[in-house]
Amino acid sequence: MATGTIQNQDKFLDKIANQLGRKRQTKEVELPAWKKAPQYDVFKGLSMDELLAQFVIQCEKIHANVVVTKMNELEEIFHEVIQKLGGESIVYWNDSRFETYGLTAALTQEKEEGISVHEWKSDLGKKNIEIAERANIGITFSDITLAESGTVVLLSDSGKARSVSLLPQKHLAIIPKSTIVPRMTQASEKIHEISKNEGRTPSCINFISGPSNSADIELRLVVGVHGPVEVTYIVIDDM
Amino acid sequence: MGVKISNEKFFDRVDKGIKDTFMRKAVSEAQSRLEGRKIEVTEELGNWEDWRDLSEEIRQHTLENLDYYLEQFARNVAKQGGHVFFAGNAEEANDYITSVVKKKNAKNIVKSKSMVTEEIGMNEALEEIGCNVVESDLGEWILQLDDHDPPSHIVVPALHKNKEQIRETFNKKRQYDKTSDPDELAKFARQELRKDFLAAEVGITGCNFAVAESGSVSLVTNEGNARLATTLPETQITVMGMERIVPTWKELDILVTMLCRSAVGQKLTSYITGLTATKEQGDVDGPEEFHVVIVDNGRSKILGTKFQSALQCIRCAACINVCPVYRHVGGHSYGSIYPGPIGAVLTPLLEGYEDYKELPFASSLCAACTDACPVKIPLHEQLVEHRRIIVEQEGKSSFGEKLAMKGYAFGASTPSLYQMGIKGAPTFINTIAGKDGDGKGAGPIKLWTDIRNLPKSTGQSFRKWYNNREKGGND
Ligand code: SF4
Repeated sequence: MATGTIQNQDKFLDKIANQLGRKRQTKEVELPAWKKAPQYDVFKGLSMDELLAQFVIQCEKIHANVVVTKMNELEEIFHEVIQKLGGESIVYWNDSRFETYGLTAALTQEKEEGISVHEWKSDLGKKNIEIAERANIGITFSDITLAESGTVVLLSDSGKARSVSLLPQKHLAIIPKSTIVPRMTQASEKIHEISKNEGRTPSCINFISGPSNSADIELRLVVGVHGPVEVTYIVIDDM
Repeated sequence: MGVKISNEKFFDRVDKGIKDTFMRKAVSEAQSRLEGRKIEVTEELGNWEDWRDLSEEIRQHTLENLDYYLEQFARNVAKQGGHVFFAGNAEEANDYITSVVKKKNAKNIVKSKSMVTEEIGMNEALEEIGCNVVESDLGEWILQLDDHDPPSHIVVPALHKNKEQIRETFNKKRQYDKTSDPDELAKFARQELRKDFLAAEVGITGCNFAVAESGSVSLVTNEGNARLATTLPETQITVMGMERIVPTWKELDILVTMLCRSAVGQKLTSYITGLTATKEQGDVDGPEEFHVVIVDNGRSKILGTKFQSALQCIRCAACINVCPVYRHVGGHSYGSIYPGPIGAVLTPLLEGYEDYKELPFASSLCAACTDACPVKIPLHEQLVEHRRIIVEQEGKSSFGEKLAMKGYAFGASTPSLYQMGIKGAPTFINTIAGKDGDGKGAGPIKLWTDIRNLPKSTGQSFRKWYNNREKGGND
C-alpha cells in the first residue's frame, strides 16, 4: 500500500515542545504504571453464566432484544427471529462462522420460503451497498461481546462489511457465548494486541450497543435515527 | 461559525437569556435529567473517584508528551495509507480541507458533529467554494435548517428549542406536514438525510480520541450518522483538536467510559467506532482516501501555563450540566460555541480576553463544575486565575468598578434577575454586585477579595441549594 503524506509536522510539534519547556521527545516515551486500575474490578471473578446474565439485563436497558439458545435449537430460533423481524430481505456477512454454526443452511431455507437473501461479496462492489440499503435485516457475528454495556464488537474485513450492521432497517447479531467478556477493557486489550502484533488494525471497529437513538429533541429518547431502528441478539451457548 | 456566536454585548445576551422562559425551563429540566443519569451510572461503579484519578493521570501524561504521541499517531496513519495535515490555525486547516475537496471535485459533503470544525468556521469555507455541507447530527441539522442558529450546549446543541419550533422549522424549510412528535420528527430527518448520505462524495467527522499506537480515530455517537459519513463517501476527512489523543487502546477504554457516563449517563453510547486510515484491500465500503487534520488554533499557547489542565477536557459537558449560572442564563449568553464553566475557562484562552473578559465572572465559584469533571480539571480555580489576570491587566479599579456598576444597574432594571439575587441564589449577580445586592459594597475592594479568597468546594451547601431550587420552581 502507498504510504500517506504528513505535512507541516515539525513546526507544529516544535511549538508544542517549546511551550512545554523542553526539546522534542526523540526517545520512546514509556507509559507509566497508572496508580489506579478500577476497570479490572468490574464483574471481577464472574463465571461465564453470570456474565451472560449481566449481558441480558443490560440489553433490556438499551432496548436490544436478546434470545439465548442452545446449538441444537439454533436453527429453529433463528427462523422464529427472522419471522418476528418481518422477513422480507436479508443481507449477511461473508464469514465462515455462518457455516460453522449451521446458519448457511438456515439461510438457504429462508430463501426457499421467498425471502431475498444476499451474502456480501467483495467482487460485486458497490452493488452490495445498494442491496444492504434496501434490506430489512442485516446479520453479523460478534467478535467480542461486552457484558457490562450489552455491546457487540465487530472487526471489519472484506467479507465483514461496515454496511451490514448499519444500512438495513434492523440488525441481527449472532453472539457465540464464548465471546463474552466483562467490559470494554478486555476488548481494548485484544485490539491493542492485534495492532501491536499485526502492525495493522482492522479499518473499522464498531462497538454496537443496541439500536441507534437520539435525545436531541427536548431530551426525549427517540429509538431509530440513522442506523438500524431495531437490534436483536441471538446468543448461542457454544461452551 | 467560529468560536464567537454573537456580536451583542455580554449583558444584553444575558438579559435575553434570562427573559427566555422556555429556554430556561428546558435548560433546567435538561440539567436535572442529565445530571441525574450521570449520578446513577457513576455511583453504580462504586469507585468513581478512582476512575477520575486514573483519567486525570492519563490526560496529564498525554499532554506532557503530546509531541511524541502526535508524531506516533501521524506515523501510523501514514503507514496505513492515510494523510495527516498539522494545521497551526483555522486558516491553514480550512485551506487544506478545501484543497482536498477541490481535488476530488466534490460538491456534496456530509458532516457528523464536530465542535472543532465549528471553531474554525469550516462550513463557511466550504460553502464559499460552492459546496453543499449538510450537518447530519439531528440537533445540528435542526440548527442548520433554522438559518444557522448557534448551538447552546456541547452535547445537546439544540437544547434551547422545543419540538413546536422544530416542527415549524422543518415545515418552513422542508415542507414537513406531520406532527411535532419527536419520533415523527426524527423519522423525517432519517429519510431526508439518507439521500444526502448516499449522494455525498466527502464525509467530514470530528474525533473524540485518536489512538497513537494504531493511528486510529474514535467516534462516540448514538445516532449512527458518523458511521454513515465514514461508510458511504469515498473520501473521509477527520478534524481533531490536537489534544484529543490517547497513547493506546487501553487508555481509550478509560476515557470512552468516562465520556459516555459523564455526558449522557450511558455505559457506552450506541456506537463507539474506531477507524483506521482507508478501507482495506477487498473492502467495498469505507473511504478510499483518508485525511486527518490536527488543529492547534491557539491550544499550544495554553501548554506550559497554569491553564494547561484545561486541555485535559474530553467535552462531556458534565460541568455545564451542574452549573447554576448556565441554568439561569443558557448557552447563548456565553457568546461562544463553548458555553458553561469549560467555555468560560477555554474561550478567553483561545480567543483572548478582549471579547470575553466577563465570562470568568459569570460564575458563582460554587465548585460544582470541578466536582463534576471526570478528568479533574480545577475549573473554578482556573476561573479565579482568569479573574486575577483580567483585573491585573485592566487595572483593579476601572474594570472592577465597571463590572460592578453594570451588574448593579442591570440587576435593578431586570426584576427577574434581581429577585434571583436576593433570594440567595449564588448567581453571578452576587459575585458582581455584592451579597446584599446594593452594588455599593461591591466596588473594587470587594471584587479583589473575591478574587483572592478562593472558596473551597462547597459540596454540601451547593447540593442543598440545588435541591431547593428543584422544589422552588424554575426561577
Ligand atoms: S471541563 Fe471536564 S466536565 Fe467540563 S466538558 Fe470538559 S471534561 Fe467535561
